[in-house]
Formats: sequence, structure tokens, C-alpha cells
Amino acid sequence: MNAGIPLQYFLILATIMFFVGVYGFLTRRNLITILMSVELILNSVNINFLAFNRYLFPHKLEGFFFSLFVIAVAASEAAVAIAIIINIYRRFTTINVEDVNMMKF
Amino acid sequence: MINYTYTVWIPLVPFLIFILLGLAGHRLKPRLSGLIGTSGLAVITVLSYITAWLYFFSGEKIDNTFQKITAFNITWLQFTDKLHIDLGVLLDPISVMMLIVISTVSFMVHIYSLGYMKGEKGFERYFAFLSLFSFSMIGLVLATNIFQMYIFWELVGISSYLLIGFYYQKPSAVRAAKKAFIVTRFADLGFLIGILLLSFNTKTFDFLTLTDPGEPAIAQGGGIAFMGLSVMTWSMILVYMGGVGKSAMFPFHIWLPDAMEGPTPVSALIHAATMVVAGVYLVARMFPVYAFSAPAALDVVAYVGAFSSLFAAIIACTQTDIKRVLAYSTISQIGYMMLALGVSGYGGHEGLGYMASMFHLFTHAMFKALLFLGAGAIIHAVHSNYMTDMGGLRKYLPVTHLTFLIACLTIAGIPPFSGFFSKDEILAAAFHNNKFLFAVEYAVAGLTAFYMFRLYFNVFWGEETHYPKTPHEAPATMTIPLIVLAFGAAISGFIPFNKLVTSDGKAFETEIEWIIAVPSVLIGLLGIGTAYILYGKKTTIPDRLAATFKYTYKWAYNKFYIDEIYLFVTKKIIFRYISEPVAWFDRHIVDGTMNAIASVTQVVSFRIRGFQSGQIQKYTFVFISGVILLVLIFIYLWP
Repeated sequence: MNAGIPLQYFLILATIMFFVGVYGFLTRRNLITILMSVELILNSVNINFLAFNRYLFPHKLEGFFFSLFVIAVAASEAAVAIAIIINIYRRFTTINVEDVNMMKF
Repeated sequence: MINYTYTVWIPLVPFLIFILLGLAGHRLKPRLSGLIGTSGLAVITVLSYITAWLYFFSGEKIDNTFQKITAFNITWLQFTDKLHIDLGVLLDPISVMMLIVISTVSFMVHIYSLGYMKGEKGFERYFAFLSLFSFSMIGLVLATNIFQMYIFWELVGISSYLLIGFYYQKPSAVRAAKKAFIVTRFADLGFLIGILLLSFNTKTFDFLTLTDPGEPAIAQGGGIAFMGLSVMTWSMILVYMGGVGKSAMFPFHIWLPDAMEGPTPVSALIHAATMVVAGVYLVARMFPVYAFSAPAALDVVAYVGAFSSLFAAIIACTQTDIKRVLAYSTISQIGYMMLALGVSGYGGHEGLGYMASMFHLFTHAMFKALLFLGAGAIIHAVHSNYMTDMGGLRKYLPVTHLTFLIACLTIAGIPPFSGFFSKDEILAAAFHNNKFLFAVEYAVAGLTAFYMFRLYFNVFWGEETHYPKTPHEAPATMTIPLIVLAFGAAISGFIPFNKLVTSDGKAFETEIEWIIAVPSVLIGLLGIGTAYILYGKKTTIPDRLAATFKYTYKWAYNKFYIDEIYLFVTKKIIFRYISEPVAWFDRHIVDGTMNAIASVTQVVSFRIRGFQSGQIQKYTFVFISGVILLVLIFIYLWP
């Protein structure tokens, strides 16, 4: 199984996903898109965990469990975040982060 | 040895009444607070007469000389062992005499005010201020040292300010109060500098050491000279400047006529009988210093006095507001007192001028207070200050008429009234020392008689004006003080001042010098006669005279334009060339620096405020940029 894909490919994929996520996080103004970008970042980290675990320590399981843990946290985070976003939308009828500035100054 | 410690209550009683009426007066009935103030004054009048009796007639004299007694003394501010400011009570002939003057006139004015101020708003405030004034004036004359005198000097200034501005809703009264306060403040600046110079050179504030001819203190500082005069002379001239301001001598006289905006009893008490003679009292108090170490300053005193008396007498001849005539007359009479001090020497018959000055101070207090209270009764009846609204009042105001006539005869120097004796002594003192000043004062005596009887004939004789309401005589509370003061004015000339109040405390002999007395009575009669011809009946002579000397008359009527000159100097010169540049500097340079600092901060903060946008994305961007930067540094630049 190791003959197939070299480790670097996983890492390159994860890096690309990470920076796509960062880019999306920084440039988007829509809260949903920002949330999606955060998910991308988290998943790129998951790929890293799994790849390293598989290639460097094949007989251990910490990497898998860690990524499971991250997925669980990400899921709950998404639930909370979407609840917040819905409330924001109800109040401001927008989910653009720049328009939600009532508490500023 | 008589214990005089009780004299400390003479200033304290009015002070306590001031506190009481000032704090609780508005809760009391007006009549009650008036009675409290008046009864307080009755107490101190009794105490003052007891003190005078004990001091002059049963006190022991050492070497036939009245002693200066420190009846009470506390160290108030101790700076160093030697330098300390005391508060206390000093009894000597002039302070005891002043106690009599102040308490008598003040008591009379209190009684009079009960009638005059009846129903006025702020009745209790008025009595509180009167008590404050009595306290400060008594503290001033009883001062044991020059600094205490200065403190009370300012206190009488503030009470005068408060009382002139008593009708504080009248803009003219407010202006007059401010003017009186500011003008005297200028003079007091000189006084303070004088005190500092004097005490620096003599190393003492204390009157006892300062005025004892045997002490070395008064010979100090004579050697150092500045602009041809010794330091001592300069300091005494500066001290005299304070007296010039308070006594309304030229060139600081401008506040006194305006001060007539205050209630008339206040004018009688403060601006005729007591406070304005504080300058005379100051010179008399410091007299040994003047006589021994600053004779040049004494000349200044004499000439300022003589000039003011002539100047004010001329203005008084043209004024039509009766209170202003009396105000200028006050300036003129105080000029007399100053002149008498200025020509006096120290000790024995040489000190005739000193004695004459104190004598005139005493008689003047009586007759001028009487004149003002009489004027108050007239104003009360006619409701106008102007002579042109009056005439033929003798039928309606018999008591006022009679007492006013006595006062006029007194001030004109007609025997046997008191003014004759005191003025005669002054003229004699001037005659023996300075013939020029004697001539001036002789002319002033004639002018005095003229303008007083001009007033008298215009008010009580002349053509009867049609009055809207028939004038009626004042109530008893007002006529009784008039009668008492008329009595005092008439007979106080027989008090033997040469035995009691002299420059060195020793009695000396004087007699009426007929060569001076007869001409002075004659010129007084001449003045009265002229006034009768001009104003006794309705004639056109005064108007024709005014028309003939049109410019002179106008000049004098407008008080020689002194007020205008002051306004010109302050507004056009000082304000424009000093105050405005200073204000510009303050507004633009000082304030400008502050505003610049503030606005730079504001602009910068507006610029950088955007960084704290509250948007996580921007923060994250900075954070990630930083991380990337650090990563690059660690990878490529770290050794």
C-alpha cells in the first residue's frame, strides 16, 4: 500500500487545502463561506495527521484518534456557528461580517 | 494699672453679629435683625466711651505723656523667631479717639437705617454688612502692627464694596462698586510694597517699635538712595499711596463720587465719616516715621492734600446731585486733614498740625455724617438726588432743615460750631509752616462755605418746586440721629484736643490766633453771602455766570474730565497696547500649543483607529502575515 502514493503528495494536498482555507477565511465576507473555509483548514490538518500517522508510525493510532477528535469538534463548532449565523441573520437580515458592526466603537 | 483686656470685645461683638445675621438673618424677621445689629453697636458704643473715659481721664500718665498700651496681643503667624504677624489691640490717643468716632457714627447710622431702609429687600443683609464694616474698621484702628492694619484695611475695602453694591440689581451700583474696589486695589498695591520695603529695612511690623522716636528702627534705611530719595522715603510714599486710595485723594479720588450709588446711610458711615479717613489715620499712625526719617514724604502728603482739597472744592461748586456735592466736599475736607499732617512737626507746639488734623477728623466725622444723613432725609422726602427737583423744603422738613443748617455752618467754619475750631488750627499750622499752602487752604475755606450754602439755599429756600407728593418729615428713627449728631457737631469744638490727642502724647497750649481766625470767618461769611445772592432767591445770575465762564464751568462740571482721562488711558492705551497683545499671545501661542498637541493626537488617533476594526478577518490577516514573516526569517535568515 505504501508503494502507491508518496507522502509528499498528501502533504502538498494538505498545504493547498490549508492555504485555500486561509485565503477564503481572509477574503470572504459571507459568514457561511468563512465557516466553510475554517472546515477546509481543519480537514487539511486532518489529512496531515493521518498521512504522518500512516507513514511514520504505522503501528500506532494517535493520529487517527486525533483526527476523529478534530472532526467531532468541527461538527459541534459548525452547529454552534450556524446557530449564531441564523440569529445574526434574524437580527440584521444579513450575514455579511462587515455589516454586523453594531458593537463597534 | 487698668486692665483693658475687655477692649478685644469691641471688634468681636460686631463680628459675631455679622456671623449671626449673615448665616441666620434670612430666618429672622427683618425688624429683629435690625434691632440685633443696632443693639450690638449700642454695646460697643458704651464700651468705647468707657475705654475713652478710662484712658484719657483716669489712666496713669508717665512723665505727663499718654502711653501706648497693648491691651491684647496674640501671635497669629510665626514665620521665624523675629518675624511674626500679631493680632491685637493697641490703645493710644488716636485709636481711642477713633473708637469714639466710629462707634458714635456707626450707632447713629444703625438707628437711622432702621427708618431709612425700612421695607427694603435684603434688610438683614444690609445690617450684616454694616456689622462687618464696623468690625473691620475697629480692627483697623486698633491694629498693633502694620500688617494687621493691612488685613483690616482690605476688609473695610470689601465691606465698602458690598455696601456700595447693595442694590445689586442696579447696573450703575454694580459699576460703582467695582470701580471703588479696583481703584483702591491699585492704591493698596503701593501700600503692600511700602509695607514690605518698610519692614525689610526696619525688621519689624510692630507699631510700638516702629513709631517710637527713641528706637533705632525709624532711622534705618535712610542711607540707601534711589532716584535722589532714601529708601525710607520711598517706602513711606508707597504706604501713603494706600492712604491716597482709601481716602480718595487725587489721583485716586474717582471712586468716591460714584460710591454714592450705595444707600445714603452707608455713604454717611463709610464714605464720609470713617473709612475714607483711614488714610489720614494711617499717616497719623506712622507719623513719627514720616517726621523723622521721611520728611520728603511728608511734603508729598501736604501737597497731595492741598491739591485735592482745592480741586474737589471747585468741582463741588458745579455739581447738582446733592450726594455728589457732599462726596466732593468730603474729598476736600480730607485734603485739609492730609495737609495739616503734612505741615506738622513732631512734639509740642510743633505738632500743632497733627493735633489739628485729628481734631478736624473728629469734627468732620460728626458734621459730614450729619450732612449725609440730612441728605438722606431729603432724598427720602423728595425721592430725587437732584437739587433741581428741590426748593423751599424748609417748611416741610423743619428738623432736617435746622440740623442741616447747623452742619453747613459748622463746615463753613462759623463760630461757635466745631468746624471753626478745627479748621482754625489747621490754617494756623499751615500759616506757620508754608504760606503757599495756607493761601490755598484759605481759598478752599471760602469755596467750602460757598458750595455748602449753594446746596442749602437750593434745597431749603429758593423757589418751591411743585412736588407730586407733599414731602413729609422723616420718622423719629431718622430725626433722632440727626439731632444727636447736630449736637455733636455743634459742641465738639470745645473738646480740648491739645490736651488729649497730640503727636507725642504730651499736652501743649494753643490759643485761637485772631489774625488767622477772623479772616477765615470773614471768607466763610463771604462764601455764604455769595451763595445767598446767587441762590437765595430765584435769579438768573448763576446761569449767566455759567454762560460767561462756559468752558471753565463745563470743565469743572465734568469733573475736569479725570474719569475720561482714566478711561482713555486704560481703554485706548493699556488695553490696546498691553492687554490686547498679551491676550493675543495667550490665545494664540499658549492656547495654540495646547490645542496643537490635542489636535495632533486627535488626527493621529483618527488615522490609526481603522486598525482596530473589530473584524477578526483583518486581525487574522495581520497574524498570518506575521507568522509567514517569522517562518521566512527562521528558514532563510536564521544562522
